[in-house]
Amino acid sequence: MAEFWFAALAITLVLYSVLDGFDFGAAALTLVLGKTEPERRAVISAIGPFWDGNEVWLIASGGILFLAFPSVLALAFPAFYLALFLVLWCLILRGIAMEVRSHVTDPMWRSFWDVVLALSSGLLALLFGVALGNVVRGMPIGEGSTFTLAFFTHFGTTGNVGLLDWYTVSVGLLSLVALLAHGAAFLVYRTDGALRERARLLERRLWIGGGVLFALVTVETRFVRPELFDALLERPLAWAFSALSLAGVVGGARAYAREHDRLAFLGSSAVLAGLLGATATALFPTMLHSTLDPARSVTAEQALSAPYGLRVAVVWWPVAFALAATYLAFAFRANQEKIRSEPAVDDERPHGST
Amino acid sequence: MDDPTLWHRLQFAFTIVYHYLFPQLTMGLALHLVLWKWRAYRHGDAIAGETARFWARIFGVNFAFGVVTGVPMEFQFGTNWARFAEHTGGVIGQTLALEGMFAFFLESALIAAVVWGEKRLGPKRHFLCTLGVFVGSWLSGYFIVTTNAFMQHPVGHAFDDKGRMILGSVSEYLLNPWAIAQYAHTMIASVVTASFVIAAVGAFYTLKKLHQPTAALFLRSGVRVGLVAAVLVAFPTGDHQAKLVARHQPVALAAMEGRFESGTHAELTFIGQPNVRERRIDNAIQAPAVLSILAFGTPQRSVQGLNDFPVDQWPTNIELLYYSFHVMAGLGTLFIALMAFSTFADVRGWLARSPPLLWCLMLAFPFPYIATTAGWMTAELGRQPWLVYGLFRTVDGTSQNVSSGNVLFTLIGFTGLYFALGVLFLYLVGRELAHGPGGPAPSAYGDPAPDGPGGGHG
Repeated sequence: MAEFWFAALAITLVLYSVLDGFDFGAAALTLVLGKTEPERRAVISAIGPFWDGNEVWLIASGGILFLAFPSVLALAFPAFYLALFLVLWCLILRGIAMEVRSHVTDPMWRSFWDVVLALSSGLLALLFGVALGNVVRGMPIGEGSTFTLAFFTHFGTTGNVGLLDWYTVSVGLLSLVALLAHGAAFLVYRTDGALRERARLLERRLWIGGGVLFALVTVETRFVRPELFDALLERPLAWAFSALSLAGVVGGARAYAREHDRLAFLGSSAVLAGLLGATATALFPTMLHSTLDPARSVTAEQALSAPYGLRVAVVWWPVAFALAATYLAFAFRANQEKIRSEPAVDDERPHGST
Repeated sequence: MDDPTLWHRLQFAFTIVYHYLFPQLTMGLALHLVLWKWRAYRHGDAIAGETARFWARIFGVNFAFGVVTGVPMEFQFGTNWARFAEHTGGVIGQTLALEGMFAFFLESALIAAVVWGEKRLGPKRHFLCTLGVFVGSWLSGYFIVTTNAFMQHPVGHAFDDKGRMILGSVSEYLLNPWAIAQYAHTMIASVVTASFVIAAVGAFYTLKKLHQPTAALFLRSGVRVGLVAAVLVAFPTGDHQAKLVARHQPVALAAMEGRFESGTHAELTFIGQPNVRERRIDNAIQAPAVLSILAFGTPQRSVQGLNDFPVDQWPTNIELLYYSFHVMAGLGTLFIALMAFSTFADVRGWLARSPPLLWCLMLAFPFPYIATTAGWMTAELGRQPWLVYGLFRTVDGTSQNVSSGNVLFTLIGFTGLYFALGVLFLYLVGRELAHGPGGPAPSAYGDPAPDGPGGGHG
């Protein structure tokens, strides 16, 4: 049971990262890639049909935590109190920016919301990386049933750690760069013309930067949590995820070179899913690692809810998951045509003239 | 200032009351949309199609604000109510997870199709998408009301060896009689809200002599569905809910009525002020025996007063509970009267020619929001001092290591952010109202519409 729900949580969170990841990345690049209003509009139109559904995967992850691991929720969420509210407020701002920017044609209105959207999305990509860094590095769980986490303490990764240190900041930066690259890949797939060309160029640079940061974070992880590497080597599932990641890199690069945009985006998704999947596999069974005393770490087994409720949920959860996956497939099928961002002949009247 | 429980409660109350301003319109309007779309699809009623198109745009704006203000609710179970989450997650985690997986995914998959997809989908599929959003939003309502119903009247649970609540029987939990009553009451109240809003916009356009005959349909749908819903929200659903409170939360009923002494032929208080220190009700205007009849169906039955209960079982804010209940019940009665009179006028054909009545309908739309808020305050204040009635106290549910200052800080943050969101919402809805039904429909995310450039309309 613990394996099942840990896996369910990991799958949901990986899907969330890959899916909301592309809309974070694309949205954060709105101003960089969109030089004209139609181009910015194309960026928003590209992620518009997806972002709301993508965000539900976060709600779904929260649901699994509540359902299957309530004590993890109860231990970790208050500890990250202010950081989580920062995340919440960014989520509110970007959702609102996304939905309201198109209602008014005034250029200042749109510029304002584009800036709000880009900044909040970029900050979220960074913060979710920092959060992942905290999960990998561990938290100062000591005596007693609660702990708190300062924004930063001694900026080191052992003992009484804070939210930010050299490791979690590196993971945050990796997340930011990787999601920007992933978002650029999505825009290459969904748009055309000059916007697509610009996204292509930037995607390439971002992936190179992401590769460098990934190598750095890998070396850092070797020092922060050496035992994770042993787990990686011992577990065939982790090999499978690593292989998926590698296939994503190779396949994605080939598709990129041949301008097979959808395949390149799938490659980018496979890279992220593989890396996060391998990380989750290596972390199992620990959910909250203690930097103070490994014996106080919380495992999935310890945090697991009572069996009857979980047996009930095992029946309905896969059904709901299949439904959600179906909606997602339909959303991608319904949005296959590239979004034009260059003015067509019949669209040359100035905006706001209606 | 240093009682963290108070600040945790205030923040949750503020964020959920604010949030619920949006879903109540979403859920009620979804029903209206389905009815209009059905008329347009089955009977080729072009006015109903036009009406649905206009309200779908308002629905889209309203839905987006509902989504962004809804996310903080789930987070706060962890951040502010950690011990509650830990002690009840085994039970209520079930419905919260169900809501996300079955309702939110469905809604998010279809909302864009409902707001923007009419041309592309064609009438049949667009109707089905509207129906899907209706089902999703009403399903979401059921899961969340079931969660609350467990807190009001816990059933279907067991305890683990650490004393935490776990699921005992999923059917008992999901079919909690309290949940069914509360769901019917809550959903119909959301239809009242939507009906009042629709009638108000219809009245506004009619007074301005704009957008006929579409506005006439707004008025007609608003007052007729509004009358049915306003009656149903009182009888049988509100009445049944009150009987459940009388049976299972007698101390809450006593506080709702400001009743201190027990006795048969209990009187119903229309107006009065509870004086908790002196344990009596001041300047009361009452109807003898009515409370006994309403609560138990006979004047012979005694209704217990607060004096029968130890003070540590009393709801923590009796005055506010009393006012909330009376505001809700009083407004609910007025709603029936206004909608009955308006429906009568509509049937006789002079509603659109009666400016005073149109003014009343136009200005009445905030009151259902007040009534639903007061209703939820009645439910939640009446539940105090318990988080899970009779089992788990509110003071035991907070996150222990989150200080009052932190909560106050985030509460102030929410206040500022939500003020800005409120202004933005009113501005956007105001633009839609100024634009009115008809004219070129804006398309998604500012794509150039086929019949005109630009996504907005100015």
